[in-house]
Amino acid sequence: MEFKVPTMAELMAMGEEPEILFWVGCAGSYDERAQKITRDICKILHHVGIKYAVLGTEESCTGDPAKRAGNEFLFQMQAMTNIEVLNGYNIKKIVTGCPHCFNSIKNEYPGLGGTYEVIHHTQLIQDLINEGKLKAEGGESFKGRKITYHDPCYLGRGNGIYEAPRKALEVLDAQLVEMKRCKSNGLCCGAGGAQMFKEPERGNKDINIERIEEALETQPQIIAAGCPFCMTMLSDGVKLKDKDQEVKVLDIAEITAKANGL
Amino acid sequence: MASQIIFLILTLAGVALFTFNARKVIRNIKIGKPQNRTDQPAKRFATMLKVAFGQTKMAVRPVPFILHLVVYLGFVIINLEVLEIMIDGIFGTHRIFAGLGGFYNFLIGSFELLALGVWLACAVFLIRRNVLKLKRFSGVEMKSWPKSDANYILITEILLMTAFLLMNASDAKLQALGEGHYINAGAFPVSAYLQGLLPTSASSLILVERICWWFHIVGIFAFLNYLPYSKHFHILFAFPNTYFSNLEPKGEFTNMASVTNEVKAMLDPSFVPAETAPGKFGAKDVHDLTWVNLMNAYTCTECGRCTSVCPANITGKLLSPRKIMMDTRDRLEEVGKNIDKHGADHQDGKSLLDDYISREEIWACTSCNACTEACPINIDPLAIIVELRRFAVMEESVAPASINAMLGNVENNGAPWKYSPADRLNWAQEG
Repeated sequence: MEFKVPTMAELMAMGEEPEILFWVGCAGSYDERAQKITRDICKILHHVGIKYAVLGTEESCTGDPAKRAGNEFLFQMQAMTNIEVLNGYNIKKIVTGCPHCFNSIKNEYPGLGGTYEVIHHTQLIQDLINEGKLKAEGGESFKGRKITYHDPCYLGRGNGIYEAPRKALEVLDAQLVEMKRCKSNGLCCGAGGAQMFKEPERGNKDINIERIEEALETQPQIIAAGCPFCMTMLSDGVKLKDKDQEVKVLDIAEITAKANGL
Repeated sequence: MASQIIFLILTLAGVALFTFNARKVIRNIKIGKPQNRTDQPAKRFATMLKVAFGQTKMAVRPVPFILHLVVYLGFVIINLEVLEIMIDGIFGTHRIFAGLGGFYNFLIGSFELLALGVWLACAVFLIRRNVLKLKRFSGVEMKSWPKSDANYILITEILLMTAFLLMNASDAKLQALGEGHYINAGAFPVSAYLQGLLPTSASSLILVERICWWFHIVGIFAFLNYLPYSKHFHILFAFPNTYFSNLEPKGEFTNMASVTNEVKAMLDPSFVPAETAPGKFGAKDVHDLTWVNLMNAYTCTECGRCTSVCPANITGKLLSPRKIMMDTRDRLEEVGKNIDKHGADHQDGKSLLDDYISREEIWACTSCNACTEACPINIDPLAIIVELRRFAVMEESVAPASINAMLGNVENNGAPWKYSPADRLNWAQEG
C-alpha cells in the first residue's frame, strides 16, 4: 500500500477522532481475494480524503455466522464485546465491506447497546459520487462494457438496498444488464445463513452454479458483486464453468478504484 | 314457515359449528409464546391494506394475479347477495332488495358477470393444477390431502357459482311467466344464456330455483366450516397475518432477551438479570414457537411461491419453505387434538423437529429471505427455521461438524476461520 492505513488506537493516541470507521470484517481481513477489495475501499477513502480508521487487531467477528447458525450466545458475546470497543472509541458512523457485518451492526447491535449510523461500502461510493467527490476518470475505462450485478441477499432483500450499487456502476457509462432474477427477486449465491462454512446439503446442483449459469446467460464481461462471500461463490462458479478468462468477478469497490486509477 | 325454521336452524348451526372450530384454532395459536406485534399500529394497518386488501405482492405474477383478483372480488362482492339470501331465508320474503329498482338490477347484473369470472378463473386454476401440472403445485408436501384440498375448493366455488347463475336463470323465467311472488327484478346478462337449458313448466322451474337457492346458501355454510380444515383459511387469516407481520428489515433476526441476560451476567459479574431465563432456547416443538409463527401456519394457502424461489429447493435440496409451514400446522393440529382428548399436559413423545421437519431441511437454508419476500401475505418460514436451528445448536449442541468448527473458530479466534487475531491487519502491509 502506498499509504498507511490508520487504526483507531493510533488516532486516539493523537487525540483525534475519525469521520468514519471502516469495519473490515473477517473475510476482508483474512481471505486473500477479499483483502484486495479491502485495500481498494481504503484507496477510495484515502483518495477522497475522508478521515477514516480501522480497528485492526481490535476488530472481531460481528457474530453474524453464529447467529444465522443458531448460536445466539456466541453472537451476543461477540456483539457485546465489539460494542464495548466501538463505544469506547465513541464511534458514530461505520462503513462495512460486507453486507453481513452491515446487517448485524445496523440492525442487531442497537438492541444490545450499540447504535451507529451504518452504511455499506456501495452506499459510501454512491454518496461520494452524488457529492461529486468521486468520478469515473483517470483510470480504466468501462465504457460500453457489459456488467451484470448480483444482489447480495443481506444488502438487497435483507435491507432494501438495490440502487446504491447500481448507481456506482451507472457512472461508468458501462452497459448494465440485469439477470432474470434480480433485485428483490435475486437468487442467493448459496453462502448465506452460515452455508459459507459448510458443505451443501444433498441435492442435484450447487446454488452458486445455478446462479452463475444465470449470470453467464447475460454474456457479461464483468459480474459485479458487493459481498466477499458472494465473491467466493461467484468466482468458484466462473472457474468451474471454465469462463474465468473471459468473465471477471469484481467487487463494486474494485471497479470504482480501477475506474479512478487508484 | 317450515322452510324459515329450517333455514334459521341451519344458519345457527353453521355459525355455531364454525365458532366452535375457530375458537379451537385460536386456542392452538395461543399455545405459542408471546411476541409483541402491536407497535406502530398505523404502519401495520397500512401494511394490511396494501398487502391483504390491495394484494400488491400478488402482482409479481400477472396471470395468477388477475385470476385471483377476479375470485377475490367475486367472493367479496357476491357475498352482498348472501345478505339478501339471509334476509329472504329468515323472513320468507323473495328478493327483498328488489325495491332498489335500477340499482338492484345493476347489482344483480354485476354479480352475474363476476360469477362468470369466478367460474372461469376457477376452471383455469383447475387446469393449471391438474392438466398443465405447474411445478409450483407439486413437491413432496403436495400429495394426498393438500392436493385434494385445492381441488375441492375450486370445484365447490364452481358449483356455488353455477347454482347462483341457474337460480337467476330459473327466477328470470318465472318472472317472465308472471308466476306467483317472482316479481320482475334484476338484470341477468349471464344467466339469460342458461335459460334454454331449463324446463318450461312453472313447477319444475320453481323446483330448480329452490334447489339452487338452498344449495347456494347451504354450500356457503359448508364452505365456512370447511375453512378450519383447509388451506383456504387464508381468506380470513390474510388480514390479521399481514397486520401482525414483521415490519423490521428482513435481514434482522430477533435478539433473544433470555440470552442477553446470561451474556451480560457472564461479561459483568455484578449484573443482576431483571427476569429469570426460560427453560429452553429455540424451538423443538410448536409450543416453543411464537403465536405469530403459529398464525402464519394457519394462514398459509400452500401456493408454493416461497418454495419456487428457494435456492435450496431449486437446486434439489430437501428444504421447502412451504413444507415448513404445512408441517407446523399439521403438528399444531395434532397437539390441539391431544389437548382435546387427553388434556393440556399430554405428551405424545413427538415434536415438530425430527418427527415433521428434519435436520437436513433446516441446515439447507441460506437465510436469503427469498421465501418471505415471495409470500403474498407476509408469512415467515425463515423465523421457524431459525428457531429450530437455535434449539439444535444451543440446547443439543448438534450441528453439522463444519458448523461446529466455524463456531469454535469464532469463539477462539474472533473469526469463522482458523486465523490468528494478531494477523487481522496484515492485509494493510501488502498489495
